[in-house]
Amino acid sequence: MARITLSKLRHSYFPVPYKEEHWALKQLDLEWEDGGAYALLGPSGCGKTTLLNIISGLLVPTEGQILFDGKDVSHLPPEKRQIAQVFQFPVVYDTMTVRDNLAFPLRNRRVPEAEIAERVREIAEMTDLTPTLGNRASHLTADGKQKISLGRGLVRTDVNAILFDEPLTVIDPHLKFRLRAKLKELQQRIALTMIYVTHDQTEALTFADRVVVMNMGEVVQIGTPSDLFDRPHHTFVGHFIGSPGMNVLPCAIDNGKAVVAGHVIETANRISKDAALTEVGVRPEFVSLASQGLEARIVRVSDAGRFRIVSTECAAGPVKLLAGDDIEIPADGARLRFDPANTRIYADGWLAGSEADR
Amino acid sequence: MNKTVNQKGWLFVAPVVLLVAFNALIPLMTVVNYSVQETFGDNLFFWAGLRWFVDILASPRFHDSLVRQLIFTFSILLIEVPLGVAVALAMPRKGIGVSVCLVFMAMPLLIPWNVVGSMWNIFALPDIGFLGWALNAIGIDYNFTQDPVDAWFTLIFMDVWHWTSLVVLLAYAGLVAIPDDYYQAAKIDGARPWAVFRYIQLPKMRRVLTIAVLLRFMDSFNIYTEPFVLTGGGPGNSTTLLSIDLVKIALGQFDLGPAAAMSLIYFLVILLSSWIFYTLMMRGEES
Repeated sequence: MARITLSKLRHSYFPVPYKEEHWALKQLDLEWEDGGAYALLGPSGCGKTTLLNIISGLLVPTEGQILFDGKDVSHLPPEKRQIAQVFQFPVVYDTMTVRDNLAFPLRNRRVPEAEIAERVREIAEMTDLTPTLGNRASHLTADGKQKISLGRGLVRTDVNAILFDEPLTVIDPHLKFRLRAKLKELQQRIALTMIYVTHDQTEALTFADRVVVMNMGEVVQIGTPSDLFDRPHHTFVGHFIGSPGMNVLPCAIDNGKAVVAGHVIETANRISKDAALTEVGVRPEFVSLASQGLEARIVRVSDAGRFRIVSTECAAGPVKLLAGDDIEIPADGARLRFDPANTRIYADGWLAGSEADR
Repeated sequence: MNKTVNQKGWLFVAPVVLLVAFNALIPLMTVVNYSVQETFGDNLFFWAGLRWFVDILASPRFHDSLVRQLIFTFSILLIEVPLGVAVALAMPRKGIGVSVCLVFMAMPLLIPWNVVGSMWNIFALPDIGFLGWALNAIGIDYNFTQDPVDAWFTLIFMDVWHWTSLVVLLAYAGLVAIPDDYYQAAKIDGARPWAVFRYIQLPKMRRVLTIAVLLRFMDSFNIYTEPFVLTGGGPGNSTTLLSIDLVKIALGQFDLGPAAAMSLIYFLVILLSSWIFYTLMMRGEES
């Protein structure tokens, strides 16, 4: 068990990076608390797998340090770091039984056989693999194999953290839910640091206590699921989290207030500095139809079950809002009201003013 | 969807059936025909029944050739398969080295078989060939045209040179198909190189190695051109493998009946052995 610190970390796959685009991972300082459940969330190619492989030691970072409990491990190989990793495609040793698969990491570390048997029994029980212990690992289903991968990490007593690299990608949808619940349950039971990489917001938000959102090789926000939803620090987070994502409209600034298509929009924050691009962000949950406000044309109404998603078009761009079944939607023109407490100004993508503490 | 039942399919298959009939079935049946008859000049044929089969199966000459054939085949399998795997493991996985290695590996396979035989014949000649001359120069008494052991050494060396590449290419294809995740997981599990080979690489290469062993088995059992050009079956009969013996009987002595019977026995031996090989190697897959 350890606290993991990343200090001034940068990584590039180019031998001699000299341009900003060459960095797969831009400079990064991060602290992972011992026993926390983290999710690394971001679109494909944002650098999350790179970051994970740096933590596990499969990659050596171009610059910066990784500290486990304050001890520099940046140049230690994976087997010396006491890290377990579960990969996207389940890795099992085909010719071995499930039991031998689970015992493999311990045998490699020359743990006494009696102790191995005890650990394997315990972990098999935890991961529901007991009935299949004697079977050949290659005969299991994908989720069974993924459990073996996980079990090989859990079986070791020296593990500092378990890293998951999109572990549910190849699992059938109906089993995904079960395996995810299992992971969460195990995390709470054994209080092991777990870092879970995914591009699926549902997976990230249901698994993690804290979510690290990445985009283009850079961490854009770290927070609890509700932080990310309520106070996105970047328009990317607003877009990426929530379905449908946050509405972002370009705005003019007058006296520190946002002006969209001639309407002054009341917001939770003020802008103090100049920016090349200023935008107003508001989630569809906080937009309502009103008797006055921003003029908009209703483009489409789609039923999402408990509510309807109303797509409108105002002078500054498209705005989506959620409407309950009881609300009457006008056929032609409508006026939109943004909830001031949940409407924010963004400067060059980032949350403006003092509310942001980055 | 309803499937229409009609006989049109036969039309599409017919060309292949005809082709196979002309290049395989009809010649094979001709051989069967010869094998049960005695032939004389002027196209005289007499029914011989199973006599040739009984004769061949009882003849020491056939036994000796078969034993030589088995020794040859198993020797080259024992050398070529481990060597091929070892070379494949040592080959680079990316960069310019990959193409260079692949081209070098493919080269021996592209050389016509009789050229391989001639090359090695000249290469190994004790007086003018580089190999023969060099061996003698360092004090080893080597003459493959007179000494059976030297002839065998040269024969096996030639086959290893010619065909190990095939095993290398197949094994390499198997190796590069293993996803990186496996190697990374093994690293994290603390597996040493031997364990990685034993539990990841070897099991993942199983299928391609089965094919490699089967191909090398069948091809080496059928081998004719290279030993014929290299040693002609000599000195004496020491390197007379089955196919060389067969040609001696059929074309040297023009004993078509016994030669035909021997061909069929030869054919059945290969078929049976390949089947046994395949069954044994595939059994692990299902259990």
